[in-house]
Amino acid sequence: MASVPAVLTSEWTKIRTVSSTTWTLISAFLVTVAMGAALCAVMNAQFGDLDEAERLTFDPTFISFSGMILGQLAMVVFGVLVVGTEYSSGMIRTSLAAVPQRATFLFSKMLVAGVLALVVGLITSFVTFFLGQALLGDHGTDIGADNVLRAVVGGGLYMGLIAVFSMGVAAMLRSSMLSLGILMPFFFLVSQILSAVPGAKKVAQYFPDQAGSKIMQVVPDAMNSDPAPYGPWAGLLIMLAWVAAAVIGGFLVLKKRDA
Amino acid sequence: MIELDGLTKRFGNKVAVDQLSCVIRPGMVTGFLGPNGAGKSTTMRMMLDLDNPTSGSVRIDGKHYRELSEPLKYIGALLDAKAMHGGRSAYNNLLCLAQSNRIPERRVAEVLETVGLTAVAKKKSKGFSLGMGQRLGIASALLGDPEILMFDEPVNGLDPEGIHWIRNLMKTLASQGRTIFVSSHLMSEMALTADHLIVIGQGRLLADTSMADFIHENSRSYVRLRSPQQERLRDVLHQEGVVAVEAAGGTLEVDGATTEDLGELAARHSITLHELSAQRASLEEAFMQMTAASVEYHAHSEPGGGAPPPPEGPQWGGDRNQRPGNGKEA
Repeated sequence: MASVPAVLTSEWTKIRTVSSTTWTLISAFLVTVAMGAALCAVMNAQFGDLDEAERLTFDPTFISFSGMILGQLAMVVFGVLVVGTEYSSGMIRTSLAAVPQRATFLFSKMLVAGVLALVVGLITSFVTFFLGQALLGDHGTDIGADNVLRAVVGGGLYMGLIAVFSMGVAAMLRSSMLSLGILMPFFFLVSQILSAVPGAKKVAQYFPDQAGSKIMQVVPDAMNSDPAPYGPWAGLLIMLAWVAAAVIGGFLVLKKRDA
Repeated sequence: MIELDGLTKRFGNKVAVDQLSCVIRPGMVTGFLGPNGAGKSTTMRMMLDLDNPTSGSVRIDGKHYRELSEPLKYIGALLDAKAMHGGRSAYNNLLCLAQSNRIPERRVAEVLETVGLTAVAKKKSKGFSLGMGQRLGIASALLGDPEILMFDEPVNGLDPEGIHWIRNLMKTLASQGRTIFVSSHLMSEMALTADHLIVIGQGRLLADTSMADFIHENSRSYVRLRSPQQERLRDVLHQEGVVAVEAAGGTLEVDGATTEDLGELAARHSITLHELSAQRASLEEAFMQMTAASVEYHAHSEPGGGAPPPPEGPQWGGDRNQRPGNGKEA
């Protein structure tokens, strides 16, 4: 069987030698931090205008992660491209000829890219948190406060998992364009809209992004949002189940289909 | 050595490869010949375990491809030239392949040197011409210094210099005792490089023979006669027991005779000849005749000068009366 460290090294070389890695990950960082900072500054200026319920459930940690809604899209692009370009370039045939063991190939790729996304996610999460709190001024919180560290680490986990989920979807669909065409509108529009529509809410709260993002809330039902029937860790587990399903689905497609 | 045993691939109800069994031996160039759509690329993809066979198997030195721990050290393949990531440099494309099979990094520079791409090693491969892409693909095949090399249509899109280079490369590699398996739809190309021939049509094995035998059996020589006194000429030939066959353009073709004999015969009977020429059927014609029944995509209009008559089945040096109408000059 193929040597796993060798395949990991190879996948790392693949990732670091294409420019899409750099620009997607830098975008994820910049967009999340910039949008989070902007919202924190706005909140700080307009805190007095919030209604009573919003003020009572004000979650300075969650507010500083507002940028994730856009930033996660860059993570989706990163995840999709890591797997999808193998297919669009035809490299997949060369890659599988070199590493014919499908599990070793796919899981090594996902591990390398997933760890990278996690590291970038954690950096993004901590930077956006501290910058956000500084801009929130008196309304901010402290990393030492209850559950705050969990939420900040959770933000990094969330970004890493979004990337791995996207890799699984791209492996199932075997196309970057198709994967992006489905995932981008889903995370940016469908999930956001459905979670605001009464009735659809009940389903939408089990979507990977809706469930997973609960880990970033410190105050339950932050900003007067609808209460979820699960806690932050259970929410992350729901997201993890989605990720596992996508990864297994991607593996089965790779195993069964002709390259 | 590669062994194909009853290899079959169906796409829906279409059979792409049909019960293909053969052995590809080391130390020679084995040509894999067939018209477009005959199943050559599908067969090669199954050999690399990229496509799953419907039934049958491929063994490489007795092992299934997926059982090879570092396959690039056993078998190198050029499938299609663009099977690389265009945004990555030629060097890095090869580097990640080398690393996955624990091939030392210095091999990357070595194979780039071998294929003449050292100058563009750091360039992104999407800017490469077809010929450069082909060279990069060959570099990736050579990376693990494998005993077995497979090339799918390696001369496609290459300039004459590149074609010459690939021919010599394959011969050199075979002379080092390696197994070379190269596909083509051009008989003329195979005649120059291959020692052994495996011919398929519509996924079925049509021939498995040495190149020398193929040439011996198929390079038919005959004499072409043209006369204004066609009928008389035929009668005379018939009386002398010479079998003449009418061919396109009102000519007669005679197998196994010399121009001297036929010229003297015509002179004795005072028959005017407008043409008396020795002809040799090309290998290309022999190949076309062999695969005519199994050609996937026929052109709608017949080529000028008359196409070879579609035989009932593989014409394996057998029925000499069915022959192409436009033989080339010997």
